[in-house]
Amino acid sequence: MGKSFTKTLVSTVAFAVALGAAGFSATASAATLRMAWSQDATGLDPHKQTAFSSLRLLELVYEPLVRLDKDLKIIPALADSWEFSEDGKTLSFKLDPEAKFQNGNKVAAADVKASFERLMAEETGAAARANFLSIETIDTPDDTTVVFNLSQPDVPLLTAMTSINAAVVPASEIEAGTIGTKAIGSGPFKLDQWEPNSKEVLTANKEWAGGEVKVDGINVSVLPDETAILAALRTKQIDFALLNDPLVATLVPNEASLTLDRTPVLNYHVLQLNPSRKPMTELGVRQAISCAVDRQDVLDTALLGEGKVSGPLTMPAYASDPSQLFCYERDVEKAKKLMADAGYADGFSATVIAATGEPPTAAAEAQVIQSQLAEIGIKLDIKMMELNVYVDTWLKGDFDMAVALNGGRADPYSMYNRYWTKAGNLQKVANYIDDTLDDLMQKGRVETDPEKRKEIFAAFEKHLAEVSPWIWLYTAYSYTAQQKNVTGFVPSPTGSLFGLTTVTVGE
Amino acid sequence: MNYLTRRLLTFPLVMLGVSILVFVSIRLVPGNAITAMLGTEAGLLTPQQRAALEAYFGLDKSWPVQYGHWLMGVLRGDLGISVTYGKPVLDVILERFPLTLELALLSMLIALAIGLPAGIFAATRNEKPSDLGVRILAMIGQSTPNFVVGLLIIYILSVGFGVLPVMGTFTPFFENPLENLGQLILPALTLGFAFAASVTRISRSSMLDVLSEDYVRTARSKGVPALSVIWRHALPNALIPVVTLSGVEFGYLLGGAVIVEQIFALPGLGRMVLDAILQRDYALVQGSVLFIALNFMIVNLLVDLAYAVLDPRIRLGDR
Repeated sequence: MGKSFTKTLVSTVAFAVALGAAGFSATASAATLRMAWSQDATGLDPHKQTAFSSLRLLELVYEPLVRLDKDLKIIPALADSWEFSEDGKTLSFKLDPEAKFQNGNKVAAADVKASFERLMAEETGAAARANFLSIETIDTPDDTTVVFNLSQPDVPLLTAMTSINAAVVPASEIEAGTIGTKAIGSGPFKLDQWEPNSKEVLTANKEWAGGEVKVDGINVSVLPDETAILAALRTKQIDFALLNDPLVATLVPNEASLTLDRTPVLNYHVLQLNPSRKPMTELGVRQAISCAVDRQDVLDTALLGEGKVSGPLTMPAYASDPSQLFCYERDVEKAKKLMADAGYADGFSATVIAATGEPPTAAAEAQVIQSQLAEIGIKLDIKMMELNVYVDTWLKGDFDMAVALNGGRADPYSMYNRYWTKAGNLQKVANYIDDTLDDLMQKGRVETDPEKRKEIFAAFEKHLAEVSPWIWLYTAYSYTAQQKNVTGFVPSPTGSLFGLTTVTVGE
Repeated sequence: MNYLTRRLLTFPLVMLGVSILVFVSIRLVPGNAITAMLGTEAGLLTPQQRAALEAYFGLDKSWPVQYGHWLMGVLRGDLGISVTYGKPVLDVILERFPLTLELALLSMLIALAIGLPAGIFAATRNEKPSDLGVRILAMIGQSTPNFVVGLLIIYILSVGFGVLPVMGTFTPFFENPLENLGQLILPALTLGFAFAASVTRISRSSMLDVLSEDYVRTARSKGVPALSVIWRHALPNALIPVVTLSGVEFGYLLGGAVIVEQIFALPGLGRMVLDAILQRDYALVQGSVLFIALNFMIVNLLVDLAYAVLDPRIRLGDR
């Protein structure tokens, strides 16, 4: 019995291993890029989707009028050229006459008009509409000219138009009501197949007016566990991968056959305080928290140092030296004094909310902050929430403090008008009204001189750090890992994968 | 009315209860399809935009109306449309089900192939070192979480041997059996590992019970060879608890093995339900939970029927 059992066991395992080995695939198609990411797109409507995981897919299929290059400079996409009128109240675009949709039709001015009208129509339910409110009417004097008539000068509008949320879609598809079910864009790739949370098959668009795409296509696998992505890279099952978790990404350089690209991103990690709740209503308490938080220490402990301490403005063109901002050098004594002056010498208790896994380091960040604030007598209770529950709570402004990873924009106005202007859509989340901030925002919106804009936003940033409604911490990296034979990818601070158009897969 | 008919008649009642429970609980969780799609950007919506989206997702009606509407659909065989996949819920489920069914069957096969012989072997060596060895192994197997086993397998194969099965996709068995088994064997081993340990423990203890019964002693004293006593006399009776355990485990596995599917990136039912919950795809959550509940009831019924086959003394539903 004993022997036969051992035999059965050995043969079962041998059979299993043989089967496993038989199913391993070692063949690679040279010109198709095999890619993996852990979070899949959640929908195909470029106007309505806001999740980063959706936008990076749609950016390969659809095109806006203009796009941002790797230095966040505005460059042509569907439009060859553009200009603001003298009074800043009209913005005209000249379209690329070669641009074609993937259904073979030319991209015409009428498509641009129809797309923006769809985006602006309230029944569409596009959250991005908020960035385009200054558009009053759209004229199309000829097939390749589009003129936006604005209610007021709006310099950040052009940057907002670089978003894939402002993608130009075929007017015929809008009429047919198929936006979101069929993906017909004018971009470098065609989406042949999408199985949500499983895979995408993209083929290069040979007719793309933007140039020649170097690969035949991209096969995307959704591998929800990032350690499995790393394993798939190790075994050469995939060529290119997107990673979110710094704990996984930092293991990539250990592999001789892989390279890791780190790109600083615009998104910022922040400890949001709720200045409408006691005692955060007190300027002194908020400033004390700012002084008590050691930003570099949070970064080093929670993110393995994978990032850069940052002030509110994260775009290189506007960012100032963070060491010049209020209390970016930790000062516990000053913090204690501020607490005492505000009448909270003995500290207080508060709850901090954080989303599970979003970012992957949220829990660790909350814990480090908890221990740092304990030093000035603030007792933090950490409440971890599923992302959706967190978003719901966050939108209601129903928290004392929140650990957050918020989206950055290339333009400071688009990035912050939602929080720090009096009419901001997310005023309820920020819960803080400040005349100086509002005033500087309005000035920055209409100022066309780049140097003057810089000064306005520098003052804005300095004041924001000083009144400390939130404690800005740092920006992290976005990571792409690839086999050594994959070359030519151009990463972007916006996290866009548009740089895949120049990728080649070598032998 | 015979037993089978009576059991089948309880199905719709249970399903109704399950559907109400799921319908209410998924809606009690904060957040909805709009926040799931837009995240924090949902805060930028105007009231009109929000109303338009609520109408699109069917959130604008009261719960009883939504439920009634859904239930009428179910009675017509229409489980609704998944907002994530943009197709009928039933299609989405049926696309995912073959993988889940095959994975459950394979894991059970592995578990029984290892667990049953190991348990019987241990029972016949009661309290000897080899029995102790099997028991310790079973204890380790049962107490190791399957994500640890799964990650270990992936790590050892990819780092130690530089190979790994293709992940993230599923080839149906009848399309390419070899590729199919290549994709499923490691997850099946991962799931089968803990499952085998439970089978070992339960078959050992039930075998021990049976071996001390009078009829076994009688058979032995009549001079029936030891192996024959075990296989022909003791085993059929000892199998009943094993069938119960396997049935329950199998039923669970048909609901999808979330963690293992996540690690091995298998597009199975478990991950689908998890994603549906995270994206607040109500129709998909409701439809798939109903489907899983139905599977579970069928498996339970089969288990009960199997009792009667294994032990003729059990008469199902007499009086």
